[in-house]
Amino acid sequence: MASKRRGLPEINAGSMADIAFLLLIFFLVTTTMDQDTGIARKLPPMPEEEQEKPPEIKAKNIYVVLINSNNELLVEGEWAEISQLKDGAKKFINNNGVDPASSDSPAKAIISLQNDRGTEYVTYIRVQNELAAAYNELRNDASLNKFGQRFTDLNKQQQKEIKKMYPQKISEAEPKNIGGNE
Amino acid sequence: MSKFRKNGKEEMKAISTASLPDIVFMLLFFFMVTTVMRETTLFVSVTTPKATEIKKLQKKSLVSYIYIGSPIKRMQASYGTAARIQLNDAFASVDEIQEFIASEQEARDEKEIPYMTTSIKADETAKMGIITDVKQELRKAKSLKINYSTRKGTY
Repeated sequence: MASKRRGLPEINAGSMADIAFLLLIFFLVTTTMDQDTGIARKLPPMPEEEQEKPPEIKAKNIYVVLINSNNELLVEGEWAEISQLKDGAKKFINNNGVDPASSDSPAKAIISLQNDRGTEYVTYIRVQNELAAAYNELRNDASLNKFGQRFTDLNKQQQKEIKKMYPQKISEAEPKNIGGNE
Repeated sequence: MSKFRKNGKEEMKAISTASLPDIVFMLLFFFMVTTVMRETTLFVSVTTPKATEIKKLQKKSLVSYIYIGSPIKRMQASYGTAARIQLNDAFASVDEIQEFIASEQEARDEKEIPYMTTSIKADETAKMGIITDVKQELRKAKSLKINYSTRKGTY
């Protein structure tokens, strides 16, 4: 319409690039690419009013890990370092009834974790991390044996199968307040 | 091929910059879409612990954050140095978590609620007492998927 009437001069678009650059730099600066990462866990649902009797579990199938308010570990009744935890847990889970005092099978093995209210969060995370590492390594070994691939490279069906072999059973008891220095 | 060779000996013309704005706009739109503005101002100082067995947090829109740590310097005069919980833009007590989760669930589509995750961003030095209290409240609120926010690294 306009051009028909008078032939208005075209708007110079040369500075368009400058404007776009300005905006681009603004978004470049404000953008955050960092992905949030963390250890995923699932909380148990609240117990209901009428509770059935919990199934009995043999004591030998439970791997007890206690953390006190001084961030010290007691594993199966013995003082331990966090660095020993992974190998200890792996040995316990993968016992398959060899040692009569240890777990019957990986599917039956349960890790019980209890901490004090005064335990530092960083210690708790390190323990959680070591236990997760134990399971991840076992799953990885199993998938390499069975499928010749790393666990993370398997498809969903195969992952499910491996997860069934090594279910991650970490039970957390409610913390005690013995240290008293929350 | 012969088409291009002809021009070779002639003098070079200036490259047209007319498409430059288009390229820049393309980049601009990319960054506009991917950018996530920080929604909350932190009143607590949080240095998340390091871990190796970490997973990426997917679907940011379905994640609600709970921050736990000691108040920042500016706020210490009025709030002290003991670890506190921050929800959205304010300090909160443990009792307010259920309400917070309920309002977060209300804001989402009903189908998406089972996929919602709560990310606990707690400071390394926080005590487990406060974190356990938070976890208990989350259980009561039936928000069972949690994620302990950690950085990648080893001790």
